[in-house]
Amino acid sequence: MTVTVATNLADALAALRATPDARLLQGGTDTMVEINFNHFKPEHIVALRKVQELRNFSIQEEKGLIFIGSGVPYQTLENDPFLTLLPALAQASRTVGSPQIRAAGSLGGNLGTCSPAGDGLPVLSALDATVHLQSVDASRDVLIHDFMVGVKKNARKPDEIITGVTVPILRGFQGYSKVGVRNAMVISVASACLAVDTSRSQIRLALGAVGPTIIRCRESEQWLATQVDIANSNFSNEIAKEFGRRAALEARPIDDHRSTAEYRKHAISVLAERLLLKANS
Amino acid sequence: MTTDHQMYTLNINGAERPVKDSWIGESLLYVLRERLDLPGSKGACEQGECGSCTVLLDGDAVCSCLVMAATAVDSTITTVEGLLADTVIGDTARVISDVQAAFVTEGAVQCGFCTPGLIVAVHHLLEHNPSPSDIEVKEAISGNICRCTGYGRIFAAVNAVIETRKKSK
Repeated sequence: MTVTVATNLADALAALRATPDARLLQGGTDTMVEINFNHFKPEHIVALRKVQELRNFSIQEEKGLIFIGSGVPYQTLENDPFLTLLPALAQASRTVGSPQIRAAGSLGGNLGTCSPAGDGLPVLSALDATVHLQSVDASRDVLIHDFMVGVKKNARKPDEIITGVTVPILRGFQGYSKVGVRNAMVISVASACLAVDTSRSQIRLALGAVGPTIIRCRESEQWLATQVDIANSNFSNEIAKEFGRRAALEARPIDDHRSTAEYRKHAISVLAERLLLKANS
Repeated sequence: MTTDHQMYTLNINGAERPVKDSWIGESLLYVLRERLDLPGSKGACEQGECGSCTVLLDGDAVCSCLVMAATAVDSTITTVEGLLADTVIGDTARVISDVQAAFVTEGAVQCGFCTPGLIVAVHHLLEHNPSPSDIEVKEAISGNICRCTGYGRIFAAVNAVIETRKKSK
């Protein structure tokens, strides 16, 4: 086994090109659990925690975009400027694990692992984020919806590193809610991110932990657009309830060690309904 | 690049500590306890849920069970054994920090397994936020699970440290 501690992106990419079967290690909060429990024995590790380029973020105000490096820890994302500009992302970040986990974990890790329960992922889906990938000699951008392809499967090629995401700054309410067994230190049983985009008259809803990967509720979104004027967002209790019911129909949950499919569908109907009512205020 | 059994060096509590002849995928927690004779950090869940193994890595409180030790070269590591800087109480043979002393006097320790992780988390909190609110204290130790105390005496200990530090200024 080999371990490479990269201190810049070029070195990390070169190390990955030399050992394309290497596991990329960012915060370690997923991979080290696998290793500690003997579920995974790596041949090669390329550690990214010391790669400063991946820990930067930048606000492009004229374009209405924020670039977030894949290694920016959740403890940064839960505070300003994200709290103001991407409130759903800040809320989701704050629900990740504990302070210890949020000091280590990052969106890059969430995207790399691509678990349907990853708290950052429904937000990236609802906000139509773009994922940036780079190899030694090429770079490409992939829409978040094309990046997440299945349970713990993504579109990253073996020699690519996820360098970051670009997230549009929207005008309008956004929120992230999740159900778990207690308040702290919890992996989602079901989660939902709702984002209002007043400039495009859209409401977007993305669901976590209720399918093989994050689910965008396109049918519920379109139904809602036919019911109300989204720019003046005033949603009745009846509309919100029906929106929740339709969102639950788009969920595709399973029974597993954390919950049942039936409960997850119910949870989604409640989360979607409440998030839409919150958008009123 | 480091390979199996190749020596690497960690900076722990201000000292350079060589790690020799190890499997290179070992967690920092394992290396601290089993290879470097620093058993203060406790191993309970080994999946980042209990916080018993909390250390400071480049100033962040993290779970040492989730850090691959060989990736922590060129980082600064502080374990519970190295937390004596703020206020040392007692004689030199058995020095403890003010946070540790408060845990003792307030009875915040029962079985003691979570205590080292809590001590590190509380030091880290008070270093960055000398007068936290009750909810901030709760959030700061939300990653440290104590099954015995019910947390009441832990909060009392934290508040005692806050008050003592305020008075000493």
